[in-house]
Amino acid sequence: MLSTTFLGVNFKNPIIAASGTYGYGREYESIIPLETLGGISVKGTTLLPRSGNKPPRIAETPSGMLNSVGLQNPGVDAFIKNDLPYLRSKDIAVIANISGNTPDEYAELARKLDIPGVDIIEVNISCPNIREGGKSFGADPKAAGAVTAAVKAAAGKPVMVKLTPNVTSIVEIAKAVEAAGADALSLINTLTAMRIDIKTKKPILGNNTGGLSGPAIFPVAVRMVYEASRAVKIPVCGMGGIETPEDAIEIMMAGAACVQIGAAIFRDAYAPKKIVDGLGEYCTENGLKNISEIVGSVKFNERDNQW
Amino acid sequence: MEFFQEFCAVISHSNLTETIHDIWVHSPKAAAAALPGQFVNIKVKGFFLRRPISICEVSSDALRLVFEERGEGTKALGGIMPGDGLDVLGPLGNRGFSTDKYESAILVGGGIGTPPLKFCRNSLNKSAAVLGFRNEAQVIMAGEFANVQVCTDDGSRGHHGNIKKPLEKFLKTGSYEAVFACGPKPMLRAVVALAEKYNVPVEISLEERMACGVGACLGCTCKTVVGNTASYPRVCKDGPVFDGKAAVLC
Ligand SMILES: Cc1cc2nc3c(=O)[nH]c(=O)nc-3n(C[C@H](O)[C@H](O)[C@H](O)COP(=O)(O)OP(=O)(O)OC[C@H]3O[C@@H](n4cnc5c(N)ncnc54)[C@H](O)[C@@H]3O)c2cc1C
Ligand SMILES: Cc1cc2nc3c(=O)[nH]c(=O)nc-3n(C[C@H](O)[C@H](O)[C@H](O)COP(=O)(O)O)c2cc1C
Ligand code: FES
Repeated sequence: MLSTTFLGVNFKNPIIAASGTYGYGREYESIIPLETLGGISVKGTTLLPRSGNKPPRIAETPSGMLNSVGLQNPGVDAFIKNDLPYLRSKDIAVIANISGNTPDEYAELARKLDIPGVDIIEVNISCPNIREGGKSFGADPKAAGAVTAAVKAAAGKPVMVKLTPNVTSIVEIAKAVEAAGADALSLINTLTAMRIDIKTKKPILGNNTGGLSGPAIFPVAVRMVYEASRAVKIPVCGMGGIETPEDAIEIMMAGAACVQIGAAIFRDAYAPKKIVDGLGEYCTENGLKNISEIVGSVKFNERDNQW
Repeated sequence: MEFFQEFCAVISHSNLTETIHDIWVHSPKAAAAALPGQFVNIKVKGFFLRRPISICEVSSDALRLVFEERGEGTKALGGIMPGDGLDVLGPLGNRGFSTDKYESAILVGGGIGTPPLKFCRNSLNKSAAVLGFRNEAQVIMAGEFANVQVCTDDGSRGHHGNIKKPLEKFLKTGSYEAVFACGPKPMLRAVVALAEKYNVPVEISLEERMACGVGACLGCTCKTVVGNTASYPRVCKDGPVFDGKAAVLC
């Protein structure tokens, strides 16, 4: 009922842990087994180890949070050596999330990750936290296309390009990335945001700005998934603020073939399991053979200026 | 690290000061697993992120949590009543105070840093405590420690001044194997410097803003330096207690 094939990879259900919120899969095992999920997108990986941004890295906001982790990670070689074997031992689709400063770096990462155990490469062209790299690629159709093409040329795995919502036209970027050869899109990454402590007049985050995630961004995600999925032929993986089975159903109706769950897990560690269970119940209640039947099923209102 | 996310009944709620609350929550699994220095991450109705609170002590089936109203979240949490349910994630932290390694220690607490030291006291054979507060009205839990020296900034109770002199007195006796400290960073710096002077191992509990509390998000990292090597461990999972000589307290 829930199993789905995405980019030729079998997912036992369409629910995937979002990059940066689930570590390398070990942390939540004592609450819910990793294998409850259909897939995991692991913490963003870079060629060399990164120590990330200075603290504080977390700020709260009604219905969400800001983070400025800044891609702290041990580097791709350490990931392959220390974390991938664990993920390989699990019955779960593994998505390697990569970040670089140049198209060549992205390509090099894709080459290194062309190994058993990695099912899909997710190209983070959107991380808003890093001063160099990241941001500029995702906000510019040309740069986004260049990174996509470089990764496609190097990768032996299917390539999913993760878009930033910090753009004027998500459609323009989606089309550029598709034209450059992407196999799928994922969206949305965090929205660049800021909080100020009014007592000290200083931004709460050490990095001054950070990325907003959580339920606060859900409607933005639904709109962007809708727009992007209609504009391209390649499949779309949707995310941004999903907390409940109903949210997952909504973003699938907007056009998402699979769904990533991020910040919701911080509030309720059982959230991914509740969403998986809820999707199963929804299928039963609505007589669906497979949850994929609802993908893109939104019935858009006719626009009629004469009402 | 085994931890749980449980919906726990609040057993009791009292106030230690106008803004410091003392609660016991029924949480058999977390209570059985908890070690000194560990914390729980508590869901507060109406807030997105959980609030990390140290485990003050445990009974066979309950956790004691002592917390101060600092902002909106802890203020809301202060309204909790016996019989209410509380969503508790824990016990968290792979590294607590080494009460298994040392028989005796000097416990140094600054203000709301005092509560987790009670768990240490219960687990050690012998301890002394140096507890620092702003003034007499802010003093909490002083009667719950052995060989305790209270300090107040304004001299309204106990030693007039900060914790340095009383701590040095205990260090000079040479009869304690380690120093365990929890409190504001300036205090921790002073504690580490004194412990180094007397060549006594020192462990300190750190605080950082957290999202997951379990090591998955890298939101809470601090910096440690051993030799020439800097590391950026997670306060939540790799701590919250660190070797005072390695932690960078900036
Ligand atoms: C491991 C650990 C153990 C702790 N143990 C205790 C304890 O036993 N008793 C106690 O009173 N307090 C303790 N604290 C501090 C307590 O977590 C904060 O006072 C509380 O989170 C403040 O929330 P707020 O909504 O009142 O403040 P706000 O400022 O409104 O909170 C906004 C955000 O910042 C975070 N935040 C603000 N101050 C801190 C802080 N000092 N540390 C971590 N996060 C913060 C909040 O969690 C929230 O996400 C501990 C902190 C940590 C990290
Ligand atoms: C703490 C944190 C760290 C993140 N790290 C990454 C990352 O390394 N790479 C990436 O592509 N996205 C990263 N993200 C973005 C999430 O994967 C996701 O796109 C975003 O948070 C929106 O989903 P959500 O609202 O469900 O969290 C991170 C998000 C958070 C909250
Ligand atoms: S709070 Fe997420 S890693 Fe520590």
